[in-house]
This record gives sequence, structure tokens and C-alpha cells, in this order.
Amino acid sequence: MTAYLLRRLISLSLSLVAASLVIFLVMEVVPGDPASFMMGLNADPAAVAALRSQLGLDEPLPLRYIGWVTGLLQGDFGTSYTYRVPVSELIAERVVISLPLTLYALALSTLIAFPAGILAASRRNSAADLSVMGATQLGVAIPNFWFAMILVLVFAVNLRWFSAGGFPGWEAGFLPAMQALTLPAIALALPQASILARVMRSSLIDTLDEDFMRTARAKGLSRGQALRRHALRNALIPVLTIIGLQFSFLLAGGIIIENVFYLPGLGRLAFQAITQRDLIVVRSVVILLVFAVIVVTFLVDLAYAAADPRLRRRRS
Amino acid sequence: MSADPSSRSFLRAALSHPAFVIGIGLSALFVALALVSFLWTPFDPTKLDIAGKLKGPSPEHWFGTDHFGRDMFSMIMVGARVSIAVAFVAVGIGMIVGVPLGLYAAARRGSLIDEIIMRGNDLVFAFPSLLLAIMITAVFGPGAVNAIIAIGIFNVPVFARLARGAALSLWTRDFVLAARVAGKNRARISAEHILPNIANLLVVQGTIQFSLAILAEAALAYVGLGAQPPLPSWGRMLADAQTLISLAPHMALFPGFAIIVTVLGLNLMGDGLRDLFDPKLRRGR
Amino acid sequence: MTKNPITAAAVSILALGLALGVTPAMAAKMDATIGMQLEPPNLDPTGGAAAAIDEVVYANVFEGLTRFAADGSILPALAESWEISEDGLSYTFKLHTGVKFHDGSDFNADDVKFSLDRARADDSTNAQKALFADIASVDVIDPATVKVTLSKPNGSFLFNMAWGDAVIVAPETAADNAAKPVGTGPFSFTEWVKGDRVELGRYAGYWGTPVKLDKVTFKFISDPTAAFAAMMAGDLDAFPGYPAPENLVQFEADPRFKVIVGSSEGETILAMNNKKAPLDNVKVREAIAHAIDRQAIIDGAMFGYGTPIGTHFAPHNPAYLDLTAQSAYDPEQSKALLAEAGVSDLTLSLKLPPPSYARRGGEIIAAQLREVGINVDITNVEWAQWLDDVFKAKNFDLTIVSHTEPMDIGIYARDDYYFQYGDAGFKAIMADLDKATDPAKRTELMQAAQKKIADDYVNAYLFQLARTGVSNAKLKGIWPNSPTQANDMTAVYWED
Repeated sequence: MTAYLLRRLISLSLSLVAASLVIFLVMEVVPGDPASFMMGLNADPAAVAALRSQLGLDEPLPLRYIGWVTGLLQGDFGTSYTYRVPVSELIAERVVISLPLTLYALALSTLIAFPAGILAASRRNSAADLSVMGATQLGVAIPNFWFAMILVLVFAVNLRWFSAGGFPGWEAGFLPAMQALTLPAIALALPQASILARVMRSSLIDTLDEDFMRTARAKGLSRGQALRRHALRNALIPVLTIIGLQFSFLLAGGIIIENVFYLPGLGRLAFQAITQRDLIVVRSVVILLVFAVIVVTFLVDLAYAAADPRLRRRRS
Repeated sequence: MSADPSSRSFLRAALSHPAFVIGIGLSALFVALALVSFLWTPFDPTKLDIAGKLKGPSPEHWFGTDHFGRDMFSMIMVGARVSIAVAFVAVGIGMIVGVPLGLYAAARRGSLIDEIIMRGNDLVFAFPSLLLAIMITAVFGPGAVNAIIAIGIFNVPVFARLARGAALSLWTRDFVLAARVAGKNRARISAEHILPNIANLLVVQGTIQFSLAILAEAALAYVGLGAQPPLPSWGRMLADAQTLISLAPHMALFPGFAIIVTVLGLNLMGDGLRDLFDPKLRRGR
Repeated sequence: MTKNPITAAAVSILALGLALGVTPAMAAKMDATIGMQLEPPNLDPTGGAAAAIDEVVYANVFEGLTRFAADGSILPALAESWEISEDGLSYTFKLHTGVKFHDGSDFNADDVKFSLDRARADDSTNAQKALFADIASVDVIDPATVKVTLSKPNGSFLFNMAWGDAVIVAPETAADNAAKPVGTGPFSFTEWVKGDRVELGRYAGYWGTPVKLDKVTFKFISDPTAAFAAMMAGDLDAFPGYPAPENLVQFEADPRFKVIVGSSEGETILAMNNKKAPLDNVKVREAIAHAIDRQAIIDGAMFGYGTPIGTHFAPHNPAYLDLTAQSAYDPEQSKALLAEAGVSDLTLSLKLPPPSYARRGGEIIAAQLREVGINVDITNVEWAQWLDDVFKAKNFDLTIVSHTEPMDIGIYARDDYYFQYGDAGFKAIMADLDKATDPAKRTELMQAAQKKIADDYVNAYLFQLARTGVSNAKLKGIWPNSPTQANDMTAVYWED
């Protein structure tokens, strides 16, 4: 196990280095000058030049990369071009919204998907199965921003059960904050729940067909007991992978949803930073997200390997 | 061994598979609409008629008019063209680049090249795709072509991983070993023996990716990064409809339905194909 | 010490209930939440040009020597009064006394000298350095008097000092103003939750007329649908620069709200690259002007809000000259002019920045130009790209933008401004205008300037952007017009 762990850690570090290089280089290709964007239409060219040198935009490329990476390793993400505060502060402010939103959406998605998937798998080809399959097909086909628009129209504008968006801050209380995150979480959860339900169903079906299940039934366990005691545990493995992937996707992918509900989250920070040409912020958010995905994949792989020794052998 | 798609029993099975039939029907409907749009549309989708704006569905304008008085039905027909074209080319890029990469990696399993390709895949998968798409359009400007590139890039690792996984299981098979003994090099084996046998998987995945690409194109167009005016695009129609949704709900409903129905059709078709190609399933799953 | 604890409890609960129930009803609302479309990149109006900065801090947190009133006239602010010398070169300002900055330090003439010198310094990052260009020296006479000497007379000097870029800052805190603004205004800075809101609180030590609000929150909502939902749900009390004119009819029908329609300083134009063929031919530019139906754009893009303009000047300004007939909608004449210029099969690029007047207006104009045989390639760009491509590199044929600075017809005298006009005759008129202080002469010159740029069809002048806002019907004092970029909350109050 240790050898496996070591190998995976090395490849993890390599992935991170490669990612940081790619991200840094991609950012440099993006045209647009932060200084003139900040200074505006009628601005004085001398003032723009003064701002450029103030922001350190004139230093050579390799120096900037090394400076950035060493800073990252110390937790210093640099200072935002436009806001002039440490990027780590900006990210911290946004993460406290994006992370709970992601977890909330993930929780909702799991809450809906598990029962639906299990129901469909245990009553294969019945009316229940077909309705679950139909609903999930629809759920996957609905664009989540369209769904968000409809949710806002019905629940916020017409029924006024929820506020139209925005985030009052955690200091306003747990319940008001969660209320603000509810409609966005539902909009995000819909397609994910549909995917998860289908994966749950097909994974369970595969497991149910396995020989060990027939053995379990032969031993006298009822269908329900066999399902719960044996099938579920084995079926969960691919499901957990998907959940892991969804976590990273939700953390970043909420850009559009965050815009519709005007939530000050990570996705919107990155989007605004791109339009404002605030490259330091974009770089930091992207590397953070990539880092999160790579780490989550790593952890999921580890969990697999711990559970199934066959996977620890050299990749085949 | 998977089923032979050209046999008559396959056709019969296909036609009796309800999801497949519905799926292919819906998908064909939209492809047909897109093709017909080249020849005829009820109105010119780019003609403005400000005085006639925001009208609901009527015998004259089947889907109503938008905020500039343009006919919604014509816009949806032409929008189908754009969505389908973008999705098709993007998935095509994914296949054309991804499959050879995956086959190559499988042929040289365990080598450095294999490792590099898999790492590269993981890296692209790890990248938040919408952000990358936005950055690409920041560099090269918005438009259908750049949307294709952005979506295409994310299709490559999908097909690479699929091709590699499927190819790996085939490399240990007897007929491949026989070919190696006969002296064929790895490239020929990949092309002549492996590829035809993974074709079914590629088709199924291709259909799924196609539907995902349609959704991705809609999302990009929604934030303004897809096809530019005056070319209609379903995603952009939704963005335009947003502030008017309480005044003119038909502007948001019809493009939304168009997307949903097309994606649904493709997914059903893909699922149906997967069922039809998988012998285990045909025994009555 | 009540004998019966139960009675005591009952009385306390009753009292509490009465207090809770009665107090809110008796006290008038003392805070306001105002919506804004764009979030400022920072909060220092002297360090950057984003309009959003002024929209948060102008008149609320920072003050200058003079200020704009709601109708655009100039009022004294930190300067109580002033005397202008005969030759127009010296301005002696008598400052208010007892003024304090929000950190408790005193305001005096040294701060004025510091602020003006800082703005006009060589390494200053002030976006409007031109406002200070004519200042030769700033001298402190005594703590309440400061004398500014100009190198040449400038009739707009007092006007210039009212701009947000000319507010007075303190040397101790100036460097931090971007994140923690410290000024002399009636509201002090409380908090900035990036991406969400800025909170201001009433400053108890304010020198001037007390304000009627305890707290002002500016919320940043860029998405028009979200803005609509926020207003309807009561999350916002007002949205003075409401981004979606299509919703205004719904607000008007709702008695909870009132719609405020005023004028702005935004001349919305279809700018043409005057140095790029075939747009360097005045006949081609005239043809484009005649191909455009202004009312269709106002109806289609702005849902009827906006006033057509025939030149680069605000219609509400007394010196305005109505030259719309000169570029009236006439597609036939347009085609004739194009033929005359020997132009056929023309394709032009139209680059559109984010605002809806540009995106929607652009689609309409493209369709109108197509009617006269000009093909248009639309590219939607973000502001940063627009600044790079259009503004700096002048890599464009057509673009649509609204110039919101007041009295900015002077941009047509700048040689390398993005539409590249730079005509000597026009520059001469502007030079004369700079020197003139007599109101009648100024009006005459301003009208000559307007006529010149209309005759030369430099750009196609579309319409004056209306300032459309929504507010809670009980909130009073919001400026209907936008003579400068600002959300002046100093006279805003809740009516009971």
C-alpha cells in the first residue's frame, strides 16, 4: 500500500505542477490590459502607464511565474489588480458562499437520487422504474439556467416564498442564509440528481446481477435484505466517484447560477475577474479549483485502492 | 461479441425499443427542421418589425414574436442549424483527436506516452470547463467557431479515455494476438482490428456527447459567447427572454423546449443504442 | 419587587410585546438599500475612472470644493464662497470651518493643497488629469483660505472642481482610500463585502446639513432579471439606474413603486472610424446617418425611453441645437449617397460593448444598414476588449457607446480619440470656448461646435440616454437626472 501511495503522491505533485504551468501560460495569452480597463474611456495615458508599473506588469515572464508559485506554496495568492486587496481574502469571502452552496446542492442531489435510483433498480421495468427513468431523462435535458429562471419567476417573484437572490451573510443567521441558498441549490441539483439517480440505478443493477447476489438470495435473504446488506455497498463505489466529480463541477460550475441569483461566489468572482482582466484573481481561482479536483480524484482513488486491493497493482 | 448492426433482427429489435424510437424520432425532427431551414422558413428570422414586437403565438406567428418583432418559429429553425452544427463539429473534433490518442495510449500501455496522455486527460477533466470556454472567447473573440473549439477541447479526453479503456480489453484477445504473431504493427492492429470493435461504444458515447454539446452551446450562447447576431441561437434567445419573461413568457418557453426536446431525443437514442448493442441487455433487462 | 412573580412575568412580557410591537411602527425607516448595476473596482474616486466609484462615494463620503446639484448646476461644497480675480487667473476659496474627516482629523486649506497637487502631479493616477492641467499653483493663505492660480483663464474651472475626481482627501488616509475611503461627507464607510454590497453609516460629526438616513447600503446587481426580482421582492428600496427599461411598465402599474425618468449626460452614438476607408468619406458617413431610424432604436432597444439627438450635446442643456433633421431617416437618400460615393457591396464591423443600448441598438442598426445594402458583422465584446481593440488600437469600423461625462463635446478636439476626427476648424472653436467667459459668447460657440460635428457627420448621433430608475413609492429625494455619475443620498428620506 505504501508503494502505491507514494506513486500516487508523486503523480499528484506532477499534475499540480503541470496544471500551474498551463494555467500561468494560458493567462498570459489573454489580451487586454488591466490598467487601461481600470482607468476608463477618457483617461490620461501617462496615468495609465503609472498604474501599469505600480501593478508590476512590466516585469519579465519567468520571474513572474516563479514569484507566483513560491507565493502559492506559502498561501499568498497575490494582490488583486482591481480590488487591491490580497486575493486570498477575496477567495475566502467567496468560498464561504460557494462551498456551502456546493454541499447543499450535493446533499439535495443525493437525497433525491439515492431513493429514486434504489427504487428504480429494485423494481426494474415496473411503472416506478419507468417514471424514474423518464424523470431523470428530462432532468438531464433541462438547462439549469433555464430552470433557475423559472424557479425565480415562480417562487421569488410570484409567490414571494424566497428572496430573489443575494446573500445576507452568515452573520444574519443560519436559516436566512440557507434560505438564500435554497433556490440556487435546487437549480444546481436538478441535473446532478438526475445523473446520480441513473448511475445509482445502473450500478445497483450491475451488482444485483452478480453471482454473489444469487448466493445471498440462496442463503435465504429477502430481496430487500440482499439489496441493503450486499448490493448497496458494492454499488456505491462508482456512485462515490460521480459525487466526487460533481463536487468539483458544482464548486466552479455555478457561474451562471451565481449570476442569476446574484450570489457573490467563486464562479462569479472568476467571471468578473476575466471581464476586468484581473489576471491574478483568475489564475488563483482556477488553480484552486483544479487543485480541488485533482485532490478529490486522488482521495477517491485512494478510497478505491484501500477497498479493492486489485486496483493497487500497476495501472492496467 | 456485440451484435451486428446490419442484421435484420437488429432492425426489428431497434423498432420495438420504445425509447430508441422516440429518441430517433425527436432527433430526426430537429435535424429535419434544421435542414428545411436552408430552403424555407415562414419568415426571415433576421427581419426586424419593432411595431409587431412581443406578440404571443398566433396563426400567423406560430411561436410568437420576440422583442424586435422577429418570428420565433423561424428563429428556432435556424437556431437548430447552429446548435446541431456546433455540436456535430465539436464532437467530431473530440472523436478525431481523442480516439487515435486513446488507441495509441492503449497500444503502448504502461509507457511514458501512455502516462502523459492519461495525465493530460486528467488535467483537461480537472479544468473548470465553462471558465476555460470564457477565457478562450476572451482571447479569440466570441462566436460559433470558438464555441466549437472550446467544446471540442473537452470532448477529446472523453473519447481518449473511452477508446483507451475499450482497446485495452481487446489487446489481450486471441484475434489480436494472432495479428501480432502475423507481424502486423500496432498501428495497423489498432486501425484494422481494435477500432471496428469499439465502434459501437463510440457511437453510443458520441450520441451522449452530442447532447451534452448542445447543452454546452446553449450555456455559452446564454452568456453571450456563442453564435453572434444576427445568426439566431437558442441560448441567446433565452438570454434575451430573461428580462421579458413576465411580459412575454413564450420567448423563454419555446427555445427552452427546443433544447429540452432535442437533448432528450438524443439521450433516448443513445440509451437505446447502448441497449441494442449490449447482448446482456437484449435478453430482457 | 412585585409580590407575585407570575404577575411580574406577565407584566414584563406585556411590556416587551408592546415595545416590540409599537417601536417599529412609531419610528420612521432610517436606512435605504440602493441597487447598482456595476460594482466599483475600488472606492477612491481620484484614482480611477470607473463611474461606479463615484456612484457610491460622490457627495456621500467625499466632497470637493464645489458640487453638482440635482439639476446640474454648480453649488458650493467645502468652499463656502470664492472670489475670481479680474484676469480670471486667480481663484480664492474661503473654506468652511469645523469640518472633520471621518477619522476625526481636521480639514483645512492644507488638505485642499495636498489633494489638488496630488491630482496634478506627474505620477498621479487621476483619470481626469486634464481637469487640473491649467492649475499653475495652489497656495495656502490661512487654514480657511486657499488660492488657486491658473496658467490661463478657464471658464469651466468651478465646473471641473465639482467632478468626483477633484474631491478633497486627507494626506494621512489618501493611500488607503481605495479600500477604506475617508472623506468629509455626511456618510462614513462601514463595510465592503466584495461582489455584494457597500455599507455606509451616518457620520455624526458632519459639518453641514444633517442627512435623514442612518445607513445606506449599495447592492451590486448586474443581471437585469435579478434586478427585477430584487425590486419586486423588496430586497431593494431603489434602483436609480435600472438596467431593464422593459420592466418599467410593470413597476408603474404597481402602487408600491414609482418610476423615475430623468435625463442623463449620456450621448449615445454610433461612432465611426473616421480615418478608415471608406468611412473617411463624409458622404459614406452621411449615408449611414440617413439609414438609421432613431425612433425604432429608442422603441426597440430602450422601450421608448430616450430623446433623439442630432449632435453630441445633451438636449436638456439650454445651449442645445436640434439638428436631428440633418440626419433624418431616409433610406433612399442613403442609397443615393452610397452610389455617389462609388461604394457597393460594403461590409463593416460593428463592435458592441456590454450595455443593452449597445447590444440591442446594435442589432437594430445592423438590420437598418442591411436595408440600404451595407453588410454588418457584429461582434459583442467585453469592456476590457473594447478598450483595447476600439479605444486604444482603433481597430474597428463602427461601434456604439454612450459618453456619460457632462459637457464632453471637447472630445472631438482630441487628435487621437478613438473615432479619429481631429479637425482643425473644430479645434479652433473649442480653443475659443476655453477662453470665453461671457455666457452669450459661450452659447454661440457651443452651438457652432455642435453644428460643425453634425455637418461633418463625424458619428451618427442616436439618442440621449434616459436615466430610468425605480424606487419604493415612499422614498423621496432620489435624483431624477444624472448630471454627473453619482447617487447623492444626502437629501433622501422616507416619507411616512
